[in-house]
Amino acid sequence: MTVWGRRAAIAIGALGVIYGLGFAAEATLIEYVQRIVLLAGINVILAVGLNLINGTTGQFSIGHAGFMAVGAYAAAFFGVKIAPLVHSVLGEGALANGVIFNLALVVGGVFAALAGLLVGAPSLRLKGDYLAVVTLGFGEIIRILFNNATFLGAATGYFGDDPTGLPAYTTFFWVYAWALAVVVAFANLTFSQTGRSLGAIREDEVAAEAMATPTTRLKVLAFTLSAAAAGVAGGLFAHMQAGIRPEDFRFEKSIDMIVMIIIGGLGSISGAVLGGIFVAVTLEVMRDLQEYRLVLYALLLISIMLLRPQGVFGTRELPSLLRRMVKR
Amino acid sequence: MKVGASVTELVQQLLNGLSLGSIYALIALGYTMVYGILRLINFAHGEVFMVGAYVGLYVAQWFGIGGYEARGESFPLVYAVLILCAAMAAAALLGAAIELFAYRPVRSAQRLTPLITAIGVSLFLQNLAMLVFGPNPRAYPPIVRELRYEFGGIILTNIKLAIFGVALALTLGLHLMVQKTWTGRAMRAVSINLDAAKLMGIDTNRTIRQTFAIGSALAAAGGILFGLDQITITPQMGVLTGLKAFVAAVLGGIGNIPGAVLGGLLIGLAEQLTAGYLSPDYRDAITFVILIGILLLKPEGLLGVVKQEKV
Repeated sequence: MTVWGRRAAIAIGALGVIYGLGFAAEATLIEYVQRIVLLAGINVILAVGLNLINGTTGQFSIGHAGFMAVGAYAAAFFGVKIAPLVHSVLGEGALANGVIFNLALVVGGVFAALAGLLVGAPSLRLKGDYLAVVTLGFGEIIRILFNNATFLGAATGYFGDDPTGLPAYTTFFWVYAWALAVVVAFANLTFSQTGRSLGAIREDEVAAEAMATPTTRLKVLAFTLSAAAAGVAGGLFAHMQAGIRPEDFRFEKSIDMIVMIIIGGLGSISGAVLGGIFVAVTLEVMRDLQEYRLVLYALLLISIMLLRPQGVFGTRELPSLLRRMVKR
Repeated sequence: MKVGASVTELVQQLLNGLSLGSIYALIALGYTMVYGILRLINFAHGEVFMVGAYVGLYVAQWFGIGGYEARGESFPLVYAVLILCAAMAAAALLGAAIELFAYRPVRSAQRLTPLITAIGVSLFLQNLAMLVFGPNPRAYPPIVRELRYEFGGIILTNIKLAIFGVALALTLGLHLMVQKTWTGRAMRAVSINLDAAKLMGIDTNRTIRQTFAIGSALAAAGGILFGLDQITITPQMGVLTGLKAFVAAVLGGIGNIPGAVLGGLLIGLAEQLTAGYLSPDYRDAITFVILIGILLLKPEGLLGVVKQEKV
């Protein structure tokens, strides 16, 4: 069997497993738990995406909720507008819905990536912490723009053209299929030669540049890809509920994402995956403590920085950690 | 007549913009001083500004400002000055405490660690303020009773004059301190090279602490002026105002004290003119447009100097 044949077989096998697990989850879990499971999958995409720029490349973005918003709105709008066309060709049913949904997610990702390019290209040319401030400002601008965009429902939010709201395309299968695809793609990138260069930028940008690493181009690349992942996650998030509002993508959302990757360890993909799941679960557990949530998060951030600034995993990955534990 | 009216309006907008800009300038000074010394964006600075405003509110209540209002008497000016001093002192303590407990332990760590710590401190103070002061907007007590003067259609209040006066006095005071005193000389030395300053016998920890305290005191003065000008304050007011002040510092050239003042005034003007002539919806967005513009065209800022970075 050729390499590509084996890869295709593994991919189909993995999708089959996800499909089976999704079937089991929908049969056994109550709706409330199902929602947490879906949110956990979306968080995994967000965290792995943000980790590429914040962790691997060491350029700090604190406005990724903005890219998530761009992806959510673009995917929802495109999905609603393309639906009649697809339905007229493929008829009603699961196939047509799958086609619409995946096209919409791709569009969401592409639009978020374009936004990322627009924000990243000027601010990543500079060294230092400017990106943090620019992304924070960008997140605010995006919210202001969506708040004033009447064709997207302005402040009341976008609910599509149907009175029932946006179609509920987001299922266990699609969330985890996309999560798997993002994790595999970002892991391949991180462990490629390009990924090494990104790590070199994090460790010492001036030295990396002296070694002929095209630092600006790579930083913009990492930032754009990271924004694209946030956009796909936004599209999945949008189709979980009847509508999306600018309020869904406040600064707190960006902070949630940062907490995910810092808990897991900046620069560790498996850490980001676990961090995403951890945050989805703790957010639900702490629902009754709403007003204390951010105080606790802030204290958690400060104490991790003071006690273990590399995060729980550091840049290590789960497989290598397990191997070390087995050896002992 | 039409031309006359539009000129009057323009002058009015410029005046309002300059008064808003003076407040941004006071806050921007703290960002620029700390960045100059530690190369750290002190995200918690906006929260220090917010706490300063709240301290002013509570001290004013403690002086019984409600009673004066009810009796229709004007609040004594001495008290207003005392409120300003109290808020500045409290903020100076807060700033020094933040430096001691949060930033000093991570000062020599990797670049990202202090940045994340600063974000954490900012979030912590903001959300603690929501629990302690309440999440709803609070009406700011009229520490100075508003008097209106009119010059040919242009309205000028004594509050605006007070904003100009306080901002100018504090900026000049800071300038004299930085240029003429030993503390100021130590600050300049530390900002040029921290390690060399240490070798020259400067107590760098003390100098850094003083820098935080002075910057925070200026932010608290800005907080009280902001409260007087905008009438209400909220626990979240530090986020956006702090960001704008930071942009002002970047615009003027971060690390550069006259630059922060220039940047603050320009941001205030831009914001007011956008709100007046374009749409109030975009008054907050214009700041970030300016930020992206300056980063593209002149990243070292208007008065900044290009520095060669070395390994």
